[in-house]
Amino acid sequence: MATAAITAEREHYLNKEYGIRSWLLTTDHKRIALLYLVSITFFFFIGGFFALLIRLELLTPAGDMVQADTYNKLFTMHGMVMIFFFLIPSIPAVLGNFLVPIMIGAKDLAFPRINLLSWYLYIIAGVMMLYCIVTGGVDTGWTFYTPFSTAFSNTNVIEAGLAIFIAGFSSILTGLNFVVTIHRMRAPGMTWSRLPLFIWAHYATSIIQLLGTPVLAITLLLVVFERVFHLGIFDPTRGGDPILFQHLFWFYSHPAVYIMILPSMGVVTEIIPCFSRKRVFGYHAIALSSIAIAVFGFLVWAHHMFVAGISLYSALIFSALSYLVAVPSAIKVFNWTATMYKGSITFSTPMLYAFGFIGLFTMGGLTGLFLSALGIDVHVTDTYFVVAHFHYIMVGGAVMGYLGGMHFWWPKISGRMYPEWLGKFAALIVFLGFNLTFFPQFVLGYLGMPRRYWQYPQEFQVLNVLSTAGSTILAVGYVLPMVYFLWSMRYGKIADDNPWGAAGLEWKTTSPPPTFNFEEAPEVTWEAYNYDQIPAPAEVPLER
Amino acid sequence: MSDSPIALHDHGPELRHHFSTAAQQRDAASLGMWLFLATEIMFFGGMFCAYLIYRMNYFNEFVAGSRSLDIWLGTVNTIVLICSSLTVALSVRAAQMGKRKLVVILLILTIIFGLAFLGVKGIEWYDKYKEHHIPGASFDASDLIRDYPQIHIDPAHEQIYFSLYFAMTGLHALHMIIGVGIFTFLTYHAWKGLYTPEYNTPIEIGGLYWHFVDIVWIYLFPLLYLIDRKPLG
Amino acid sequence: MSEHIMSSKMYYGIWIALMVLTVVTARVAFIDLGPFNTIVALVIATCKALLVILFFMHVKYTSEKLTKMVIISSIFWLLILLVLSLADYGTRALGHG
Repeated sequence: MATAAITAEREHYLNKEYGIRSWLLTTDHKRIALLYLVSITFFFFIGGFFALLIRLELLTPAGDMVQADTYNKLFTMHGMVMIFFFLIPSIPAVLGNFLVPIMIGAKDLAFPRINLLSWYLYIIAGVMMLYCIVTGGVDTGWTFYTPFSTAFSNTNVIEAGLAIFIAGFSSILTGLNFVVTIHRMRAPGMTWSRLPLFIWAHYATSIIQLLGTPVLAITLLLVVFERVFHLGIFDPTRGGDPILFQHLFWFYSHPAVYIMILPSMGVVTEIIPCFSRKRVFGYHAIALSSIAIAVFGFLVWAHHMFVAGISLYSALIFSALSYLVAVPSAIKVFNWTATMYKGSITFSTPMLYAFGFIGLFTMGGLTGLFLSALGIDVHVTDTYFVVAHFHYIMVGGAVMGYLGGMHFWWPKISGRMYPEWLGKFAALIVFLGFNLTFFPQFVLGYLGMPRRYWQYPQEFQVLNVLSTAGSTILAVGYVLPMVYFLWSMRYGKIADDNPWGAAGLEWKTTSPPPTFNFEEAPEVTWEAYNYDQIPAPAEVPLER
Repeated sequence: MSDSPIALHDHGPELRHHFSTAAQQRDAASLGMWLFLATEIMFFGGMFCAYLIYRMNYFNEFVAGSRSLDIWLGTVNTIVLICSSLTVALSVRAAQMGKRKLVVILLILTIIFGLAFLGVKGIEWYDKYKEHHIPGASFDASDLIRDYPQIHIDPAHEQIYFSLYFAMTGLHALHMIIGVGIFTFLTYHAWKGLYTPEYNTPIEIGGLYWHFVDIVWIYLFPLLYLIDRKPLG
Repeated sequence: MSEHIMSSKMYYGIWIALMVLTVVTARVAFIDLGPFNTIVALVIATCKALLVILFFMHVKYTSEKLTKMVIISSIFWLLILLVLSLADYGTRALGHG
């Protein structure tokens, strides 16, 4: 992790101390953010590896690469690793940890040691997950549905359940830290209405983490209890109800998707005004829509259970509520567009990712509305239509937002510029690879190809081949940023304090920031996104 | 509001440097503990949800299972926890008044009450073991079927009641054990004189945790022990 | 948070109230009130919980509105879980279920 001193004289958080102990025992939120960055990137590639194996198997209609049972393990572990060890932590644990204190003018989060604890919990959980993978894997699907997971599966259900339980605690502690920090540690003059919308997004995300994750925790614990102590709460032979499991599981796992998308929306809301040189349109609408998403997101979970056996009347209620939850997201899309209207647009790499986000998230979100309609859901549930829907949001939305944010704040985090032309090139590869991978899956699902099947009828092969081809392109698009970010840490152009001419307290301190974030504690007397007062940079920095 | 990165030492050593004032640190700790308790409400809440659904569907079995619990041991345990909440509240007050010895005594009393609770819980669980009411291979509800001929009892469903009983009281007991651990830690620090009228936040927030565990039991008691105790016709 | 030190008499008073309510709830369980047994038991439990929250946990005396918000929100969220789950189970018997 230690980098060469950037400007040999100035001390900042990266060169203040060297040595492994200074990293593993750090309480500096910025260093913890980097610890998370390395860890989640590692798990991203593990999850991606499983994805590639899945796509390889699906090149041919026959189940000829792996056994059916192995295929079950592949999609299970792809899902578990990507969701719990990459997506859920990603933006909050990396960008959130790094930026939340700086954006509000604080020296650190409220509980720095708990912050470090949350990383260690994540690592312990990750090690358990790796153990689970190498000793035979899990085949229940990331959804752990009972009674298969409790009574029939012969795989490492207990280890996986406990690993995710521990990862859940990591998530809860991060959320707790953010809420307390945002309430108690804002700099003088930093009122709620002056907060960056990135902060509002993380506040809403943290509420979900705090109130939803414990229910997942108890549910997985009950699954473990059933397997270990025979406390058969979900066992049908004892009158246990598998649907109760699904209610409890989805009570968390639906809001979890908002944990994954809200931070990304927060990133996009920072990028767009900067590269449009305009204030955000409808600041309060965006702020409140984040809170609305957090609240409404808890009211819709049974739309994952429409064909599971719930009552028709409750299905109607959940269907209606699911339409409602789309409204705040739509408000954001309108406001982003209105922000760009008559703005002075620069197509920098972060902006390219933001554009990609808006388009792909909108498609993913709209297809969510198709799924909320009971009549359509009956036909496309458990098909590739659903798989495409959530990948459009998770990958086309959340991951694009994450990459956009990494590029936008990279100068602040590392003190270096990444090569802009490579950034744009990689963004394009990601966009093309993504669409080639997942658009065919909408068609496949509509035509009836089920998900979680390792073989399929011949007529679906062409679309599957296109999807696999796309996935290899996408993989290249993901590897490129990792390579050039690492390259930039030694060879990149040295960054100014504010290379983008962006608004926000983080741009008023040095790149990289000092350990306590500011030389002098800030006092805020201006409104957020005051782009009318900030001059645009002479040029968007290009690295050659 | 201090605005220099490191306030000159006009505060005690316990003020951590990322906070500007002791009040800010105390307020942050308090909010942090309340938020943690909110997560605990949702954690136990999942089990309360399961309890609600199964009680609706298997009421007879829940009645029989509830009646097989010793109501007087349950009442005693409830009283023990209430006494422990009193000693906790008084210990916070003693800390605010700077009475070190009293704080230590009250904290030790709290621990004793907590251990008493766990002891009684152990006895109850042992009773369940003897009666073959522990879910699993050795579960046997025939005693309940025999004792309550007036109601239909499905032994499979009866296991659900006891699964919930053990899951809920077990996790509650685990929280008690953790509480006893925390309070042992607090007692040691109190004895060393760490807590003063200006700084007693750990006792305050430890107390919040303890009271929460008490409140969970306040609900578990009627829900598990008092489902239907009226004399049988 | 609590600059104001409560009198120990108040704590003992609350303690007595809690003990009384405990004995009451145990005794009332043996009286046949039909469906009201459950309601009475839960009402008493809630009274006890409120006494602990307001007095032992100092919520009555805090000027901090956020604490009350956190408590109310968590109860609200728990109710979301319970009520919407009941919306399924409670309506299964209607029509085709």
